Amino acid sequence: MASPVLEVHGLTKHFAVRAGLFGNHATVKAVDGVDFAILPGETLGLIGESGCGKTTTSRLILLQETPTAGTIAFDGRDIGRFDGAELMAYRRAVQVVFQDPFSSLSPRMRVHDIVAEPLEIHTRLDAPAIRRRVAEVLELVGLSPDVGALFPHEFSGGQRQRIAIARALVTETRLIVLDEPVSALDVSVRAQIMNQLEHLQRTLGVSYLFIGHDLATVAHISHRIAVMYLGRIVEMAESEALCARPLHPYTRALFAAALPSHPDDPPAERTIVGEVPSALAMPSGCRFHPRCPLAMPVCSDVEPAVTVRDGGGEVACHLY
Amino acid sequence: MSAVLEVSDLQTHFFTFGGTRVVKAVDHVSFSLAEGETLGLVGESGSGKTTTCLSIVGLLPRAGRIVGGRVLFEGEDLTRKSQRELRRIRGRRIAVILQDPMASLNPLFTIFRQVAEPAFFHQQLRGRTLRDRVQHLLRAVRIPSPEWRMREYPHQMSGGMRQRIVGAIALAGGPRLVIADEPTTNLDVTIQAQYLDLLKDIQRESGVALIFVTHNLGIVAKMCDRVAVMYAGTIVEQAAVRELFNAPRHPYTRALLGAVPKLGSKDPLASIAGQPPNLASLPAGCSFHPRCPEVLPRCASETPREIQDDHGGSARCWLVSDGIARS
Amino acid sequence: MSVLRQAPLVPAIILGGLTLVAIFADLIAPHDPTLPVQGVGMFAPPFWMEGGSAVTPLGTDFQGRDILSRLIYGARVSLIVGLMGTLVAGAIGTAMGIVSGYVGGWVDQIIMRVTDAWLALPALVFAIFLAAMFGPSMWNIIVILGAVYWTRYARVIRGEVLTLREREFVKLAEIAGASKLRVIKKHILPNVMNTATVLASLTVGVVIIAEASLSFLGVGVPPPQPAWGLMLSEARPTLMAGQWWLTVFPGACILLIVLATQLFGDWLRVRLDPQTRNL
Repeated sequence: MASPVLEVHGLTKHFAVRAGLFGNHATVKAVDGVDFAILPGETLGLIGESGCGKTTTSRLILLQETPTAGTIAFDGRDIGRFDGAELMAYRRAVQVVFQDPFSSLSPRMRVHDIVAEPLEIHTRLDAPAIRRRVAEVLELVGLSPDVGALFPHEFSGGQRQRIAIARALVTETRLIVLDEPVSALDVSVRAQIMNQLEHLQRTLGVSYLFIGHDLATVAHISHRIAVMYLGRIVEMAESEALCARPLHPYTRALFAAALPSHPDDPPAERTIVGEVPSALAMPSGCRFHPRCPLAMPVCSDVEPAVTVRDGGGEVACHLY
Repeated sequence: MSAVLEVSDLQTHFFTFGGTRVVKAVDHVSFSLAEGETLGLVGESGSGKTTTCLSIVGLLPRAGRIVGGRVLFEGEDLTRKSQRELRRIRGRRIAVILQDPMASLNPLFTIFRQVAEPAFFHQQLRGRTLRDRVQHLLRAVRIPSPEWRMREYPHQMSGGMRQRIVGAIALAGGPRLVIADEPTTNLDVTIQAQYLDLLKDIQRESGVALIFVTHNLGIVAKMCDRVAVMYAGTIVEQAAVRELFNAPRHPYTRALLGAVPKLGSKDPLASIAGQPPNLASLPAGCSFHPRCPEVLPRCASETPREIQDDHGGSARCWLVSDGIARS
Repeated sequence: MSVLRQAPLVPAIILGGLTLVAIFADLIAPHDPTLPVQGVGMFAPPFWMEGGSAVTPLGTDFQGRDILSRLIYGARVSLIVGLMGTLVAGAIGTAMGIVSGYVGGWVDQIIMRVTDAWLALPALVFAIFLAAMFGPSMWNIIVILGAVYWTRYARVIRGEVLTLREREFVKLAEIAGASKLRVIKKHILPNVMNTATVLASLTVGVVIIAEASLSFLGVGVPPPQPAWGLMLSEARPTLMAGQWWLTVFPGACILLIVLATQLFGDWLRVRLDPQTRNL
């Protein structure tokens, strides 16, 4: 069993906000005690709706925020204790691809320079070596090395995402955080990029943290899926196991809400009511209980513990 | 059932750069819609689906003009109407729901004022009757506690609720046709499900005809009775929803269906090479031919005609016309 | 709209022409601008008027110097001081704006308060004060004008940088580990150049007028180097006495160059704005 590339324990991020004009200080518990691990060559899918904390989680992993509590371990070592050089090595190994292909590439830089930038930051390679590597990685993502001389605005959304992926791979990356990488693309192009990502994973052994909101897309590319709600992981399991038997009522609601793939698919039961509560007014006990069709009295008092799910993985619900 | 809407051979062109550049945004589009029916208008960016809808209601930007065809709404040709006449129809008999509810709602007015507006202007309701109507509409879109919600402002509501209020405004005039342009794109998945269920219920009760513009085939499978697939400004295939999913005739439709991941399946996705075309420089012949996995030699030079079949469907493809259509 | 797409013919011709005139002044000017012309008296009118001479087509001034030659050489001062002064102002202002906007925190606060204080001083008065203090010379004036007018850049560029800072490609560079300096050099600076250029082209006129004002008040580029503002100042006593050519011609030149730069700047603004460009 290989050791995880990234391991997260009790990851917590609270934001102090001022609610209202005269400042009642409140805390937004954006991420509240999250645990997961990503193995080499594996894709962990992170799914949830607005306010679930998946964006904040990715920001913590990318060092854009510092955790309030908990640890992030890279190759078994706590990155909170890293010195400057080790942090640079971490940044070299962990990259990101964002959702919007139109704002993630610097408009006044040529594609070659955009892709080469991580190399210039992290390595001492000379110009010919950089050129070779950039050409290599552009071909890996299905683009001709000649595109290096062009500017981003000459490319379509799908091609720009490829460039963004190329940049994310150029420094022999170990983990790429993919934040809704295909949501802004046309349907016909999405499949191209998804296939490309899977191909790259098989070829290079790179791990992905795939963040998305569309269950079918996330389930397709992920080996394991973690379902988040209001800052916590409510269920995590292998993709097939989760799709076959979703246990947590919220997971079931997500499946029920997923769109059919054929008009004759049986209509889903309407299980979920209401909207995601504001993070400032977190429900007591189990965070999902106000909207849960199977809520029991204990659900409003006690936060459910994480238990092993049968079929593998874990779930946090009083039903189990 | 008579047709509520009948679009025949619609052509809308955009004239830019002082008229030197003409973009054929909508190129010979025909479809019809009966009472209580939902038509899905499916396409990717640049397919012309939004422009088609704007053409129907006369809300084209300045550079756009309908250059041919007819739009018969309840027997009247909308392309021949003045803006003044169209203003009387818009909001009252045809309603439009757009993608971004914050763009459709005025942040400075209360919910009551915005939902009441169509009824106020088109049906001349006032006072008590108007208030009751607004509450009735808000209840119809399942907004809880409408009596005090209607005093609130858009920024105090969530995205899902705002979109439902936009729906209430759309229904306020008692329309016969509602055009919804990707109304759920910005909504969370569970909120989207609630919203779509709501739309379906309302349609069943009121018998309103619905055009649902989307790029999402899942929504089509859930909501639509008939589907028109658009590519580069034309309808490449039109069929009843079941027929489209079971036996798609156009290679683009087939490719689209193959490209969508199915829940629980890890089969590789069928991808379409290339990207959606630039309408300003379309390929010769069939606009899909450079990306078509089943392309024939004649596709590169001859534009296929629309072939109708006997159950109201159609396809625009040489494979179909040549009788080698596969299912 | 189509008019805006054409090359800005008129301003380009004017500016191009003036630049050529300034460069080739030695070849074009009929006389030495600092010496009285032999054979023609003082206050000679333009050649089409009575008493005028074709030798000095636009007349002579109170010392008998040829107006036309002085205008030609004066173009040098206006252009050099105008352009260089704008460059200095732009460089200082852009740098301050970038540092202020990107680094943020107390650095931002300090720079912004300095900007506020600077703006509170009336520009021209401040320039006069500095000129009086440091003594007039071409380069002194350039630096002074730069030092006075940088604040308008700083504010605008800072605003632009604040937006840029949040753009994804900047965040990506930061995530990849780029140093602040690198981000500024490769990502921020290239993307503010558009705004800076447009701003520069629109304020060149202001700087030119400022130079003319300084010359008018006698603290600009020192004589005998001719400058249009200086010519206006020298002509002041004669304004009501009828020697109109001493004021009208220099005034018209100032008007022409400022108009040309404004029109050019306007065209540039529309041209470089991606939204209107892609119509």
